Amino acid sequence: MNAPALPKASDYKSELKPVWCPGCGDYHVLLSLTKAFAALKLRPEEIAVVSGIGCSSRIPAYTNCYGFHGVHGRALPLGTGLKVARPELTVLVTGGDGDGFSIGGNHFLHACRRNIDITYVVMDNRVYGMTKGQPSPTTEPDWDSALSPGGTGVRPFHPLVIALASGANFVARTFSGDIKGTTDTIVQAINHPGFSFVEILSPCVTFRPDQRGWKSVVHPAPVEPTDDAARAARRIMTDDGFNVGVLYRGSREPYMVERAKETGEPAQFDGMFEI
Amino acid sequence: MTNAPGPQITDLGELLAYAHAIEVDAMERYQLLADQMETHNNRELAKLFRELAGHEEKHAAKILEQAGESGLPVIEESAFHWLGTESPEAADLDAAHYRMTPWHALQMALGAEQRAFAFFDHLVNTVSEPEVKKWAEEFRDEEAEHVELVERLLKLHPEPAEGWDLDDDPPYLQD
Amino acid sequence: MFFFIIVKSYEYTNLRSTDEFCDFLARNLKTGILTMIAQHGEQAAISIALTGSGGAGVMTAGGLLLDAVGKHGCYGLQTRSVGPQIRGGESAALLRLSGDPVETHSACFDILLALDWNNYTRFSAEIPLNASSIVITDPAVDAAPETIAAAGCTMVELPLKEMADDISGGRVNMIALGVAAGAIGLPLETVSGLIAGKLASKGEAAVRSSVACVEAGFESGRAIADVPKLAPSSHSEASVRWLMTGNEAAALGAVRGGIRFAAAYPITPATEILEWLAPALTKVGGTLVQAEDELASINMIIGASFGGVPSITATSGPGFALMTEAIGLATAAEVPVVVVDVMRGGPSTGIPTKSEQSDLNIAVYGLHGDAPHIVVAPVSLADCLFTTQWAAHLAEAMQAPAIVLSDQFFGQARMIVDRPANVAFIAERKIAERCDNDYARYAVTADGVSPMAVPGTPCGQYTADGLEHSVSGTPSSSAEDHLKQLAKRRTKIESHDYGVHWAEIEGEGDLVILTWGSTAAPVREAARRARAQGANVKTVAVRLLAPLEVETLHAEISGARGVLVIEQTESAQFYRYLRSQCDLPANTRAVHQPGPLMIKPEDVLHEIMTELGR
Repeated sequence: MNAPALPKASDYKSELKPVWCPGCGDYHVLLSLTKAFAALKLRPEEIAVVSGIGCSSRIPAYTNCYGFHGVHGRALPLGTGLKVARPELTVLVTGGDGDGFSIGGNHFLHACRRNIDITYVVMDNRVYGMTKGQPSPTTEPDWDSALSPGGTGVRPFHPLVIALASGANFVARTFSGDIKGTTDTIVQAINHPGFSFVEILSPCVTFRPDQRGWKSVVHPAPVEPTDDAARAARRIMTDDGFNVGVLYRGSREPYMVERAKETGEPAQFDGMFEI
Repeated sequence: MTNAPGPQITDLGELLAYAHAIEVDAMERYQLLADQMETHNNRELAKLFRELAGHEEKHAAKILEQAGESGLPVIEESAFHWLGTESPEAADLDAAHYRMTPWHALQMALGAEQRAFAFFDHLVNTVSEPEVKKWAEEFRDEEAEHVELVERLLKLHPEPAEGWDLDDDPPYLQD
Repeated sequence: MFFFIIVKSYEYTNLRSTDEFCDFLARNLKTGILTMIAQHGEQAAISIALTGSGGAGVMTAGGLLLDAVGKHGCYGLQTRSVGPQIRGGESAALLRLSGDPVETHSACFDILLALDWNNYTRFSAEIPLNASSIVITDPAVDAAPETIAAAGCTMVELPLKEMADDISGGRVNMIALGVAAGAIGLPLETVSGLIAGKLASKGEAAVRSSVACVEAGFESGRAIADVPKLAPSSHSEASVRWLMTGNEAAALGAVRGGIRFAAAYPITPATEILEWLAPALTKVGGTLVQAEDELASINMIIGASFGGVPSITATSGPGFALMTEAIGLATAAEVPVVVVDVMRGGPSTGIPTKSEQSDLNIAVYGLHGDAPHIVVAPVSLADCLFTTQWAAHLAEAMQAPAIVLSDQFFGQARMIVDRPANVAFIAERKIAERCDNDYARYAVTADGVSPMAVPGTPCGQYTADGLEHSVSGTPSSSAEDHLKQLAKRRTKIESHDYGVHWAEIEGEGDLVILTWGSTAAPVREAARRARAQGANVKTVAVRLLAPLEVETLHAEISGARGVLVIEQTESAQFYRYLRSQCDLPANTRAVHQPGPLMIKPEDVLHEIMTELGR
C-alpha cells in the first residue's frame, strides 16, 4: 500500500446528496464524470463544471470541483468566458436538452463554431423534468403532455447533426447506463482539442418511464469514429438514434486563447490621446 | 454498449485487487442507493441498503487482510476490465425507485451477486495460473453463497402487489 | 446693428409677449448680446456646423478642424448627426470651439457651412440658427431652404464645388475645412501641417491636393466679414490636453482599473468601447471575445470573472435589457462585473444614434428580486475614464455588478479636454488565497464581503449559484439563509465607503441643481454663466446613482431656497427616483426633456433665472 494513492471517482464527489429521482440516468452520468476525472488524474480544483437550469444542471454542486450553476440556457457562455480567461482550467459545461437546445440553442451553435477547448455534456431525456414534464426540443412529436396535448407535432431537434454542421470538433453519443462507455467517451472528449460535444441519453424515470427501455435498445455504433464530417453527418442522420460511441473526431484548430499576450502597462495608451 | 474485452489476470495480487475493487464498488453503490432512499424518505430501504453496504465493506476488508502485508497492487479504475459495462457487483442504479420495496432491493442484490459469480466463474474457466484459479474458485463459491443467501431472503420478502409505486400526489415543481 | 439683432432674434424665437421678450433679453444679456457685439473680434466659443451628403466627407473635415483647434492650443468638441444610411447619407459635423474648455453645444450656431441641402430638415432642429448666424453655401449646388432665409441669417455664397473641381484630386470637404479655418482665424500652417500627417497614408498626391484645397478655401474663408474669431487658448503651455471620445475614455478607464477580459456584442452607440478594448486588452495581458448576443456577452464576463479575471462588457438599452437576468445572477452569485450602458433614445430600438437618459430606471430597478448592485454615471465626457475605472474598483471590492450609465453624447462626442488625472482605483478583490476544508464562499462577514476562492485554489471548491444558498453555496430555500444572504448582499453595498466621489459639486448658493450624466455639462455651463451674472447656484452632478448617498445629498440641499432636477427623460425618471429616496423640498422642480435634442446651457440658464426670479 506504499504506492502513491491514485485518484478515485469518489474524490471528485461532493458531500451534497443529489435530489434526482432514484433511477434517474443523471446518477450514472455523475458517476461517469467522476470516473473520467479520476482516469485523467485531474486535480479537483483545476476542473470547473458549469451549468444552467434543469435537473441535470444540478450536477456541478454534486462534484468536488469548482462549479457554477448559472441561469437557464446560458451555461455555454459562462463556460466560454471562464475558459478564455483561464485557459489552464479543464472546463466542462453540463446540462439538459431544454437548457441546451431550446433556451440556449443559439449559444450551442456558436460554441460549436467557436471551437473553444471545452467539453459540453448534455443529459438528454427529451423532457423538461424540473417543470413537471413538458416536451423539449428533442421530444418525439406525438408525445402527449399537458402543455402540448396530443403531442407537439414538431420535428425533433437533432443535436449531433447540428453540432457537426456548426463545427464541433468531437461528437459522441452515449447511454447513461453504460458507465464504462460514458466514462471512456468523456475522457476522450476532454482530451480532444476544441469543442467536444457528448450527448448522453439519460432516462427520466418520472416523466418518461418508457425510457427505462432505452437500456435494451442502445447499441455500439457499428463503425469507427471518422474525421470526415460529411460521412459522420450521413451516419448520424440515418442511424436509429441509439447508436452509441464516438461518431466524429475533427482536426480543426481550437479557438486561439493562448494568443501572444503582451504584458504592458495601461500607461502605454496615453499617447493615443495626447494632442 | 461498450464491448468489454474482459479481464486478463495473471497473478494473485491482481486477482485480489479485482476482488477488492468489486466489493468496494458494490459498497459504494449501496451507499449511493441508501443516500437516494434517505433523500426521498424511504427509510426502510435506506436502512436495508446501508446494511448491504456494510456487508460489502466487510468483504472488502477481508480481502485486504488476505493480501497480507504486501497489500494490493495499485490499479487505476480505468484499467479494470469487466465483462459488462461496469464492476459486476455494483447494483443496477436504473432499477431504483423512490417507493421501491425490500423485494426490489433484493432483486437488485441478487442481480449483483449473480454477476459477481459469473465474473469469477469466467476467471476460473479462463485463467491458467493455478493459484489464481484456486482463489478465483474460492471467490466464486463465496458469491454462490451470497446468491443463495439473497434467494433465501427473497422468500421472506415476496414481490409486492401491483400499485406499490402509487403516489397520490403529483410531482413537485422545482427550479 | 445691436437693435437689429434684437429684433431679428425676437422674430426668430417667436416670443409671444413683451414679458417673454424681456426674459429673453435677460437670458441673452451675456450670452447673446455680448456675443453679437463681439462679432468682429474674438468670441468665448464658436459653434460651427458642416453639413453634406452622398459621401461628401463632412465628418472628416469636421474631425480635422477639431484636430487643428487642438494643435492650435484651444479646446472644442465635435458631435455628429447622421441619416440612417450606412454610406452616402446626409450628415452634419457639429463643433463648438473655444479658448477655454467647452463640453456641450450651445443654443445657437454661429456658422453653418452647407456643402449641399439634401435632407437638411433632418438636422435643422439640431442646428438652431438666428440672425447672427452666418450660412455659407454653394448656390451652384443647391438653393438654401426658405427656413434658413427666414431666420435672418447672413448668407455667404461661395463656389465650393467649383473650387474643388479646379484642383486636381480636389475634394469639396477639404475646401470647406479651409473655409472654416480661415473664417475663424486658425493659422493655415496648423491645418495644412495636420493634413500632411493625417492623410500621409493616402499618398503624397492626396496630401498635395488636400493642402491645395485647404489653402484655396482658407483665403475665401478669411475674406468673409463679421465672423467671430477663435479666442486664444487659456491653457498653460505646460498642461497636456487630450482629444478623445467618452467611449474611448471609458475603455481606457476599464483597462486602468484592471479589467482584463471583455465580451462584446456590437450595438450603437457602445461599439467603440469594445473596438478600442479588442486590441488594447491583448497588450496588457487580457482578451476580448466577440459573443453571439448580449445574453452570451454578459454570461461570458460572469464566467471570466468567476475565474478571477476582472471583466467588462458594454452595450446600450436593448442589449442591457437582455442582460438584466444575468446581472441578477452576478448579484446573487456575488461575481463582480462591469456593464457599461451607453444610453440612446428608447424604448425598444428607439433612436440609436441619439442621446437620452431614460435607462436610469432599468439600471436601478431592472433586476428581479431584491438585488442590490452599483450604478454609476460619468459626470463629464472625460469623467467616463474615472467613473469606469471606479466602477471596476467598486465591482471588485464588493463582488457585485457595477453598471456604468454613459450615454450617446458622452460616448460618441470627440472632445479636447485637459489630461484626466491618474487615479489609484484598481480592481482589488478579496481573494481566499489559501482555503481549508471549512471554507465557506458566502460566509457572512461584518462588511458583507467574503473571500472568494478562484478556480485552481486547493480546498476552495464551491459552486457559485443563482439559487439562494447557505454560506457554503449549497442551494437553500430556508427563510434563515435567504434573510442572511439578502442582508449580506445589501450590507456590502450600503456600508461601502464611497468617499467624495458620489457627486461632483460646484458652487454655493440658494439654488441647487441636481443633475447627472451628460446633462451635467449644460448645467455646469449655465451655472457658470449665472454666477458671472451674480447669481448663486450650486450644481450637484450625481455620479453614484445606486446606492444613493441620501444623507450626503440631504446635506447638500438643506436650506436651499429652490431645487431644480434637470435630466434628459420624458418621464422625469431621475426626479422620481430622487423623490422615492430623499426628502426633497416642496418647491423642487423637475426640468426634463427626452432626446434626441440635448438640453442646452441656455435652456438651463433660463430655468435658473426663472427660479431666482430674475
